[in-house]
Amino acid sequence: MSNIHPYVGRATSRVDGPLKVSGLAQYAAEFGAPDLAYAAAVPSAIAKGRVTSLDVSAARAAPGVIDVLSHENKLAFPEDDEPFKNDMVAVPGSPFRPFRDDQVHYSGQAIALVVADTHENARHAATLVRATYAAETPNVDVASAANHYEPPEPRDGIPPTPEPRGDAAGAFAAAPVQVTADYRVVAEHHNPMELQATTVVWEGDGRLLIHNKTQGVVNPKNYICSVFGLDEDKVRLVSPFVGGAFGMALRPHYDVFLAVMASLKLQRSIRLVLTRGQMFTMGWRPDCLQTVSFGADAGGRLTSIQHHAIQATSRYEDYQEPIVNWSGFLYDCDNVALKYELGKVDTPTPSDMRAPGATTGVFALECAMDELAYAAKVDPVELRLMNYSDRDKNDDKPFSSKELREAYRLGAERFGWSKRSPEPRSMREGRELIGYGMATGCWEAMTMPHKARATLTADGKLEVGCATADIGTGTYTILAQIAADALGLDIAEVTSRVGDTSLPMAPVEGGSWAAASAGSAVKSACETLKDELLKRARGIDGSPLANAGLDHVVFGNGRIALASDPAKAVSFADVLKGAGLDKLEADGGFEPDKDFAQTYAGYTHAACFVEVRVDEDLGVVRLARVVSAVAAGKILNPLTARSQILGGVVMGCGMALHEETLWDKTLGRVMNANLGEYHVPAHADIPDIDVVFVDEEDGSNPLGVKGLGEIGIVGTAAAVANAIFHATGKRVRELPITIDKLL
Amino acid sequence: MEIDRLTAAGPTAVSIALKVNGVERRLEVPPSVTLLDLLRERLDLTGSKKGCDQGQCGACTVLVNGRRVNACLQLAVMNDGAEITTIEGVGQPGALHPLQEAFIAHDAFQCGYCTPGQICSAIGMMNEGHAKTEAEIRELMSGNLCRCGAYGNIVDAIEDVMGRSAFKEAAE
Repeated sequence: MSNIHPYVGRATSRVDGPLKVSGLAQYAAEFGAPDLAYAAAVPSAIAKGRVTSLDVSAARAAPGVIDVLSHENKLAFPEDDEPFKNDMVAVPGSPFRPFRDDQVHYSGQAIALVVADTHENARHAATLVRATYAAETPNVDVASAANHYEPPEPRDGIPPTPEPRGDAAGAFAAAPVQVTADYRVVAEHHNPMELQATTVVWEGDGRLLIHNKTQGVVNPKNYICSVFGLDEDKVRLVSPFVGGAFGMALRPHYDVFLAVMASLKLQRSIRLVLTRGQMFTMGWRPDCLQTVSFGADAGGRLTSIQHHAIQATSRYEDYQEPIVNWSGFLYDCDNVALKYELGKVDTPTPSDMRAPGATTGVFALECAMDELAYAAKVDPVELRLMNYSDRDKNDDKPFSSKELREAYRLGAERFGWSKRSPEPRSMREGRELIGYGMATGCWEAMTMPHKARATLTADGKLEVGCATADIGTGTYTILAQIAADALGLDIAEVTSRVGDTSLPMAPVEGGSWAAASAGSAVKSACETLKDELLKRARGIDGSPLANAGLDHVVFGNGRIALASDPAKAVSFADVLKGAGLDKLEADGGFEPDKDFAQTYAGYTHAACFVEVRVDEDLGVVRLARVVSAVAAGKILNPLTARSQILGGVVMGCGMALHEETLWDKTLGRVMNANLGEYHVPAHADIPDIDVVFVDEEDGSNPLGVKGLGEIGIVGTAAAVANAIFHATGKRVRELPITIDKLL
Repeated sequence: MEIDRLTAAGPTAVSIALKVNGVERRLEVPPSVTLLDLLRERLDLTGSKKGCDQGQCGACTVLVNGRRVNACLQLAVMNDGAEITTIEGVGQPGALHPLQEAFIAHDAFQCGYCTPGQICSAIGMMNEGHAKTEAEIRELMSGNLCRCGAYGNIVDAIEDVMGRSAFKEAAE
């Protein structure tokens, strides 16, 4: 059996794989309930103004309709902001409340909710609701926002914009090589495959069992209890599977709010599934205008970095991202000035979308680095090595680990970077211009307080659980790997559970912190369990382990054995039997190491290399191949880890070439709120992607893990844009790089 | 033959017969019910996923008489007499279809939401017999979106199964 351990570090198939490939994995809209009623949200037809009248008579009279809810007959909820800020991911401002009043804040805002006996009847009746409006002129363009401002109240949980250091303007003016360019990252929507949905099961006696698409069940539970004044003991959230989220399901959305309201009002079970169009009526990656200026010496050594960003936020909240911070530490420079501003638009509040801040800011930074490489006539990889930082000068700290140099080396080698001829338009094959481009990626290595439980049953099976989510990242699998190693069990004997508020507390799954935090908590619970098991094993009459400490024993094959004499052992089953228990439970937890975080700056890094082929006559860009070399600490599961990077790279390719949420500037409405016109990459868009993990030791948590959910996307779009410049000689600074911008 | 009386069939309900995953069903279905909603909301076969409800994502792909079809674009009543295979009928844990096993082995999914549609679509594509190369697989699978970006692994899983002679013979 010893050959099965350790699981950690070894490619291990997803433990939830059989459920997912057979259709048995249940997502939020797929839980049944007796007497289930169906809800449909009615969207506003204007983006800004007031609902002056709402005629629901035709809807009420339609077949199967049970009720129509709106601001006129809502279930009462608190007027003040505070209960609605019971949201781990809340941002400064006044949170949106559906049905609060007659105000319309954005196009498609839910102004009524139809509840009927079937999905079809609800959907039909929703079309019969008639509203009149007093419309005002919306602004959905951050560039035309009335004023741009530095956010007066910083958002919790993100680093503040660093103070300037040195004299960036002076150093720029004196620099023999100067690069200044404006970039625009356009609005994007997450568009996970699963629609945002909630099923509320009315269990009687005021008890609610809620299945909600969420990146962490604790968050919507706290929110719902807070805003509806419900007893925490009477509300349970169970969401074992999440059909992708990428940040959009961090905050509670209007589906869970309205479904719970309808359930409480009607005292019955409710299902509300939003439409794909309605997926564009919630969080999004905000539009961002950026200017990057570099001063460098004649050889390309940076002497000045200035980065200014203006990002969109909603009228009612100051959503914020760390856009410019990366420019303060990714390269070594003593004269740095960074500025981050917001502009108000009449849209829903933006939300975190895969590597929020870095995806946007590093795009501009890394395109500007490419521009500097040409200006200084230095190879782009050489330029980055020349300006390599060994210290985070934003916070004046050393890095906890940084194997980015090795990532550049390995990535360049795997890609064949040395075959690149430096001049733009210098490589071609037939009608196609060939371009090689590269960029650096960077993301924070974060951890969060976390709890977990490990339970051993008399049949020798182990269950580990915590209330985190597996949004596709592989959390179920890595937790099972960690637990199997701790107790020396076959992974088939281990069950991991997540997505249930009856499990120990977990934060939302986001920021790439879940593996380090949940994994460390599970490891801690397993260590406690081992301790408890050994204590009881020692107490058994005539125990061969009577005097053994944890250091003297080995857990494996369902037994605790003396390391010095494995024949002397007690089985787990005998321990439980001896103690008169049918199960043994142990709690564990993880707290971020504050001293470590104060001493070191923790980041993951990547070097992304891209080959594009551009049809010279038609401007069609074809991705030929991508190499992503990632330094992210310990890799728990190379199989699922690689998939996470693939996913990030693919989303980065979409950002570079396809994705753009287009608002009609007059109506303030999304014009392409569907998957036909908002193009996410499809099979044929995506080439071979080679993922390389660089060995890296990191001490920020017991697992040495730094997180993988975000790093794959950061830098990818810049690498594509830089490759397109190399192929064509055209520098496109506004994404996505579509044919019209190349012709 | 199992007789199902569906809730809220209504006066305009139409009587149809379907064979779903090998089980004959006689159903009273209002004409506005899509094949996808029939499967998910009335037959408890939630393996077929709703990702867009307008034929743009492929998550709802099922096999109708062996051909791949977006179930959200079909009214249930259009399929009177048809044989429907959903992911639940393709294979279940303990008796998975080779393609389902290949999806697990190649890690051809993350969140799993597009997966049933990808698998049904790939089986349909193999039945069509047009895909001979990796590029053709990518092209002919492009109606099935995967936001987790598992495309390369999906293609590997399909190639793996297509390469097995047993499957080739079965397809002929």
